[in-house]
This record gives sequence, C-alpha cells and structure tokens, in this order.
Amino acid sequence: MRIPCPHCGSRSLQEFLYHGDATVQRPKDGGAAPTQAWTDYVYFRDNKNGPHQELWYHAAGCHAWLVVTRDLATHEILEARQV
Amino acid sequence: MTSFRLPAGGALINRARPINFTFDGKPYTGFAGDTLASALLANNVQLLGRSFKYHRPRGLLSAGSEEPNALVELRAGAWREPNTRATMVELYEGLTATSQNRFPSLKTDLLSINSALAPFFAAGFYYKTFMWPASFWEKLYEPAIRRAAGLGRAAALPDPDSYEKTTMFCDTLVIGGGEAGISAARNAGGRVILADEHPTLGGQALTQIDTTGLEHVEILTRTTVFGVYDGGTYGALTRLTDHLPSATAPRQRLIKIIAKNAILAAGAIERPLVFGNNDLPGVMLAGAVRAYIHRYAAAPGKRAVIYLNNDDAAQTIPTLHNAGIAISGIVTPAASTLIQTMAAQAGAPVFTGAAINRAIGRLGVTGAEILLKDGVTLTLPCDFIAMSGGWNPALHLTSHLDGKPVWDEALQTFIPGTLPPNMQVTGAAAGTSINIHPVWRAGNSKAKAFVDFQNDVTTTDITLAKQEGFVSVEHLKRYTTLGMATDQGKTSNVNAIALMAAASGKTIAASGTTRFRPPYTPVAIGAFAGPHRGQHFKPKRLTPTHDWAAASNAVFVETGLWLRAQYFPQPGEDWLAAATREVNAVRNSVGFCDVTTLGKIDIQGPDAAKFLECVYTNSWTNLAIGRARYGLMLREDGFVMDDGTCARLGETQFIMTTTTANAAKVMQHLEFCHQVLWPELDLAFVSVTDQWAQIAVAGPQSRALLETIVDSTYNISNEAFPYMAAGSVTICGGTPARLFRLSFSGELAYEIAVPARFGNALAKALAAAGATPYGTEALGIMRIEKGHPAGPELNGQTTAHDLGMAKLLSKKKDFIGRALSSRSALTDPARPTLIGLVPADKTTILRAGSHLLKPDAPTTAVHDEGWITSAAQSPTLGHPIALAMLSNGPARIGETIRVYDPIRNGDALAQVTNPVFYDPAGSRLHA
Repeated sequence: MRIPCPHCGSRSLQEFLYHGDATVQRPKDGGAAPTQAWTDYVYFRDNKNGPHQELWYHAAGCHAWLVVTRDLATHEILEARQV
Repeated sequence: MTSFRLPAGGALINRARPINFTFDGKPYTGFAGDTLASALLANNVQLLGRSFKYHRPRGLLSAGSEEPNALVELRAGAWREPNTRATMVELYEGLTATSQNRFPSLKTDLLSINSALAPFFAAGFYYKTFMWPASFWEKLYEPAIRRAAGLGRAAALPDPDSYEKTTMFCDTLVIGGGEAGISAARNAGGRVILADEHPTLGGQALTQIDTTGLEHVEILTRTTVFGVYDGGTYGALTRLTDHLPSATAPRQRLIKIIAKNAILAAGAIERPLVFGNNDLPGVMLAGAVRAYIHRYAAAPGKRAVIYLNNDDAAQTIPTLHNAGIAISGIVTPAASTLIQTMAAQAGAPVFTGAAINRAIGRLGVTGAEILLKDGVTLTLPCDFIAMSGGWNPALHLTSHLDGKPVWDEALQTFIPGTLPPNMQVTGAAAGTSINIHPVWRAGNSKAKAFVDFQNDVTTTDITLAKQEGFVSVEHLKRYTTLGMATDQGKTSNVNAIALMAAASGKTIAASGTTRFRPPYTPVAIGAFAGPHRGQHFKPKRLTPTHDWAAASNAVFVETGLWLRAQYFPQPGEDWLAAATREVNAVRNSVGFCDVTTLGKIDIQGPDAAKFLECVYTNSWTNLAIGRARYGLMLREDGFVMDDGTCARLGETQFIMTTTTANAAKVMQHLEFCHQVLWPELDLAFVSVTDQWAQIAVAGPQSRALLETIVDSTYNISNEAFPYMAAGSVTICGGTPARLFRLSFSGELAYEIAVPARFGNALAKALAAAGATPYGTEALGIMRIEKGHPAGPELNGQTTAHDLGMAKLLSKKKDFIGRALSSRSALTDPARPTLIGLVPADKTTILRAGSHLLKPDAPTTAVHDEGWITSAAQSPTLGHPIALAMLSNGPARIGETIRVYDPIRNGDALAQVTNPVFYDPAGSRLHA
C-alpha cells in the first residue's frame, strides 16, 4: 500500500505512522477540568465504515502530518493532504 | 505398473545432457530439462510418498504446482527442505531427494497399518477418540499421534542461504506466461512485467509457443505471484538458484510489485474424479499424463484406462495412441462426438454412461473396476488411469482481497467473480467451455474415495461432517481439514463443495467457496526476512565516542538501536567492580560519560517559548536566556510521557532534550502539536541528536577540569555559570561547543556538547586531563542514589503525582494532558507513588520487578501494593537501595514492607525511605 504524500510523492506505507481519527477536535476550553468533551476527545471514536479521514505522520520522510482519506472497507486511499 | 522413457520426443528435455540424481539413496539418471517428477517417472519409480494420516502409498497426481502427493525432502543438512513438490523441482546434477512420512521405507511402511484403524482417525477424531483416560493424552496419545502425523522434517538448522528483497513498479503485471498471458503482455503498453512460475513460458502448451513481440516486457520466469495486497501491491517470489546444485548468488528474491493494472492469465487446474482408491500411484490427471509424454517423453505406463467427463481430456486418446501406449477402455458418463471419433481413430473401446468404481492395486494400479450403465461391473487391466473431472480456473488470486468466485452452471466450475481493483482475467482462468457432464461421486464402491489427497480427506469425512452439522463450506473445511494443506485445496475444493452441496440439498452456487489466502504456494520464511537477519535485523547506532570507548575496553549495551558504553572494566574487574570504581571516581573526583543518545531538538522562532508552554506542564516564557530548566511532558490522557531539560540559548532559541528511548516519539509529538494543534505558532524545530556529541562531566573536580578545556575567554566560575546555566562557548582553542550545568549524578556537573565529528577527540582530551570514563551502569547507580525518575519510572502508567512532581503542573495555562491529568483517579494518593527502599538487613540485594506487600499479608494479587522500579548496589551508601512505587508511599516512610519476588525466589523485608538517598539538600549541586 502507498500513500501519496503531497510533498514527497507516492511512498510506501512503511514510511508512515498511523495516528487516528482526523475529525476529532481538541477542546479549546483551556483544559482546566476533565470534562466529557476531553474524555470524548481522548477516548471515544465513532466506528465508521466507508471513506474516513485519518492522520498519518510521514516518519521516515518529510515529517509532515497528513490527513489521509481512506476507505475503511476497501482500504483504497483516496486523498492525502497536508493537515 | 511400469513407467518408462519414450525412445523419442520430449519438448523440454535435452537427451545430450544426462543428469545423475538420487532418490531414497538410489542413483538414477535423467536429462537436463526434466523435473524430479518426470525423471522418476521415466525411471519407473511411481511410489513417491505415504499419505499424511493413513500412510497410503502415493504417486504423482499432476505435473504442476498443484501436486498434493509427490512431496519430498530435497537436499540435506541445513539446506534440507521438506514438502517440496517433485513436479516443480528442476533436475540438477547431484540432486538428492528423500521420500517423507514412512518407516522404515516407502515400500514397507509400518504405519500403513493405520488403514485398519482408519475409523479411529475420521474427521475430527481428536475430539472423539483417544480421550480416556485423560492423563494418557499428554503422555501417550499426543506424542504417538504427532510422531505418526506430519509429512516432512524441517532442517532445524539456521538457513545457510541468502535471500534478496526488492520492489518493482509497472503499468501492467501479467500473471501467467501461457498463451493467454503472452498475448496480453504483447499487447500491453507502458512498463509490463510478465511472471510465470515455470522456468520457461508456454503454460499448458505441449508444443513450442510464439514468444515474439515481448521486447518491451520484463519477463520473470521461475517467479510465482503468490499474493494480492492492498493498493495494487503484489507479492512475488523468484527462485534464482534452486535449480542449481549450489548457489553463490541469493537463493530466492522476494519482489514487491506495485502495478497499476494486473491481468490474471494463470490458467486452470484440472479436477480429479472421486472414485474408490483414486489415490493409488498410477491414477493421474489426464492433462498431466499428456504433459509428461509431450514435454518429458515420460510415459506413466504401458496400458491405460481413460476416465473423462469432458471433451478437453479427449486429446489424451491420440497422445497415448501415438506414444504406443495401449488403451484398455475409455470411460465416460455421456456420449460425445469428439470422444467417439478419437476413440475410433485409436481403436479403443468406449464405455458410455459408465464410471470407474475403484482403482485396483496395492502399491500401484493394476486394473480399473468399471460400473457400466446397466449396473454390471467389469474389470479392465491397466497400469495407469488418466482421469479428468473438468478444469477449475486458477482464480485464487482474485479472492485474496475477499473477492467471491461465482459458480458457472454451464461450465460446471467456479469462475472469477468480484476482482481486486484494476485486475482483469483472461484465458483459461476465466473458464473454458469443454462440453462437460458433471460427475461428483463416481461409482458405488466402499473403497476409500479421496477428495483432498494431501490431508487424506475422503467422501466419508464429508458425509460425517454433514451428519454432525458442519455443513457450511467454512465449517466443512475446518472440520475435515480439506483445503488446509500446503496445496490449499487446489485439487480438492470444488469436488468437496459439490459433494457437500449434494449431501445437504443445496446448490453449488449457493454453497460458495472458502477464501483463498496468500501465499498461493509456500514461501520460505528466509525470503520474507531477506537481508534482515542476525546482526542485520536492525541497524546499529553508534555514538560519536564509540571508537574511543571501544579502544578503552568498554563493554557495550544495546539501548534501543544505540550501543552505549555500559562500563569500562580494568583488568580483573567484573561489571560491579568497574561500576563501583566509576561511581567513586565521580563522587570523589571527576568522571565523564557520553550522553549523546538523549534526544536533542533545536527549537527556534518568535513563538518558541509559547510552544514549550503548550507541550510542557511547567512554565517557560519566564526562563532567562542562558538558563536551563527541567521539563515534564504528559500525554493527552494525563500520564507522563517524557522528561528532559530545556535550555534557552536566546530570545527565540531553545535546546530541548528528551530521554533516549522517546527521542523519536517526542519529535513526532512536537510535529503533531505544531502542525495539527497549533499551526498558527511561528516556529521551526529540528532534531540535532546526531549532530552534537554530548558528554556529561561530573564530580567535585569537574569545574577545575573544564577550565582547562573551555577557552579562557569564557568565565565558568560558580558565580558566572551557576547551577542550571547554559550557553555557547569554545573549547580547545576555538572549537564551538555548548555548555550546560546540569547534573544527573547529583554532583557538581556539566554537559558539554561539540559537533559530533569532534566527539572522539573530546573524549580523548577529557581522559588525558584525568577524568575517569564512566558508563551507563555507573550513570544508573548515581541517578538511583539521587532518586531521579528515569525510564523504569516513566513507563507510561505513572502520573506526575505518582512521581512526586505534582507541583510542576501549572494551574495557569493549558498544556497537553492538563485536563485529564486532574482526574481524581490519577491524583489519588493510594496510587503507587515514588519512594525509596533499603533492605532491613542492609545486605539483601533488592531487584526491580519485585512486588511490595505488607509483611503479614497473603501473597496474592489483591494485596499487592506496588513494585520496585529500579535497584542498585550503592557504593556511596554502602548497601543495596531501590526506587519503588508504593501505594500511599510518601506517607509510609519508616514503615517495613515485604519485598516479594517469587519468580527469582526473593523474599525480604525493607524499610520505606525518601527516594533521594544522597544529598537530599542538593548542596553538592551548587558547589
């Protein structure tokens, strides 16, 4: 499998590290208390099917963090863009 | 039964080049171009193995990689490879092969007595038989069954061959080099790869084939495309030297092929017919019979019976007739014009509406019992049977990504259904019309009728599976083990599905197939490893002072990928003596230690300080230029991730350090924070771990020593360069360096960094100036004496509170981990918290990993109160010490606790102390 890094071109999956769901947002309330928003952000994820946006890190390449759109059913990688 | 070499013919053999080989110790001669199978056949050797469970005599079924019976051990010693299909072995001078699974010999296999006990070994037997008494299973039954089962023996020695791995890219990958594949490759544009598992192109063609027009094609012969993977990735294996007596080149090459498009032209595999004793040596697929005769001039016998249900196999009639082989009869379920015509031309009798009941013979075929249309049986003499139940497209690769084949009622076979992305199918792999009349169970004989030859699965097993409710194809497969041998059911799957469908009243279409998985044929593990073996399994990272350390007799320890000097033994010293001496030298005088491996990240920009506020728990914007500070980093879930020091070299420049183990992880984390979370911050950072050699210089004499190294323009007195100062200097007459007054040992200490190429020279200079080299062992002893948390305490399960660092959590700003670190469960003092331990008898060595319990508590998990994280034999204190995490630890200082280590027979009492054993006031740091 390959990921089309926008900076480096199509590279083998082995160069990248998977992080997780790209659609979750870090709460902007300053983190003074462990609210539900924080627990959701750190622990809970929707179990989706079909095209999914996820974060990958080009660890053995340009160190870019990429938002990769990947179909979770077919594994096809549809897009990769700089976050 | 007599098989022999025909006097003429053989498209692939070169009669001018005889080749000597042995089988089971006996010498034979074949020709260049023979396979081991064809050479044995030509030498009248038909008994090639004993079957897996029942130890029945077996011979060749096929001429290709689908062969389930003729599995031999090839070569000897460390090169010995079991379960090698004789049909795929290219004969070479001096080849040695041995049959498998028989004792004492192929002819007289004592374990064939199994046949009498066969009812005890039916499908799923290990759930039903050999169960009483229970104790006998482990002691008697299992070892006996294991000895009796299994096929070949692995060498149990390291693989002496070398293997290569590489990647190839193309626009079109053509899988299969027969007529259809060659045509597809010829017509394909762009970069084209054509792969075929055989040494020559041609596929099923029995005569020369046109291979012109392929100049633009990369042709890979002896190459099996064994798997289809995501993203247009294909796994292939090339056998580079398996056809040679010995190899100076890599044995095999594993290729990852990235193809925009693929064309599957893998052909089809002939289907056996299921009748009694259809596994006897001499019962062969009709296509294989033709292949042996045309390609190798190897005749399976002198007189044949042909049993066929389709027009394709009719070609066998003229093939045998022209080779001078007699045909006792042609058995067919339904009349066919083609069969009638060819039979007439050969003068051979045809029995229409008939079936073979069973093959007759003991170690080989001597006759065939025919069941005629009217129910009468008739025995025909023969020494081989050529059978054809039809052809199954080799569609295995289409299902590697979960594509489901579909049943074609007209062709009476499964054809490719859903395909992997960008794959087409051509040729026989797409299915061929051959005027077929399906026969799934031939005759009515009580003799064993085999469905899966390699795993010894018969029609009885399928009936049993149906009776016991294992009706779905997935259950049928696993309950009977059919399709689970090294041939993945290439010659058994379709027959089995049809038989089960009939037994359960379902259609074959509704039954479906199981999923084929890579590899299509077995791949040696060495091929997957490639060059990554032994010392080459992972790269070694050497510190800039490595050469000097090696010359100084250092013993090295692996720390991740790094080699670090662990201790520098002088003559007669073991590790403890050396480390003790090194600790004493540091505490009393001065020592130096390479700390290059700790991550170093250079952070610059107007928002550098703001960025540090985001990632560290404590404050940074107020850090003065020329000062360093300890920093604690959490994960977003509130647990400690890493720690280090960060020095401010300028208004907009910081140098961050990390632990050795987390250097890459912290770098990734900083990139995440900057690119994903705070892209608006204006800064840049880069790892400089490898660019700077960094050496700790520690001890009461360290300043005095450094004053002889650091150029005199720089004032490093206690007033000018106090504890935690940091700055750029030059050393040794102008070499750029950075000096940090940091202490891990607890002594007056510095870390000095120089560009990495000067590392060895700096080490030599420090040694020449009288500093004692010390390694990670002494480093560890001293930091434990000072109660500094390190890797064992930062194990990803501890919090700032656990480590006594709660006051480092700023209450004024957001930082990574702030919110969830304040969860009550993470701040509960009942959590295991950092303390020190001293053995009650001041002698017993405490060991990391030991568990802590109250002295009178039962030694069960529910009473477990913590564990020892780090331990040392302290020369400074004169007794063993340890750091530990103990529930409510700091409140229990003075208490006696039980240190329990059942795995290493440790059980001692210890006193809970403050974790800072040495100089708790820190006066030596500020000296």
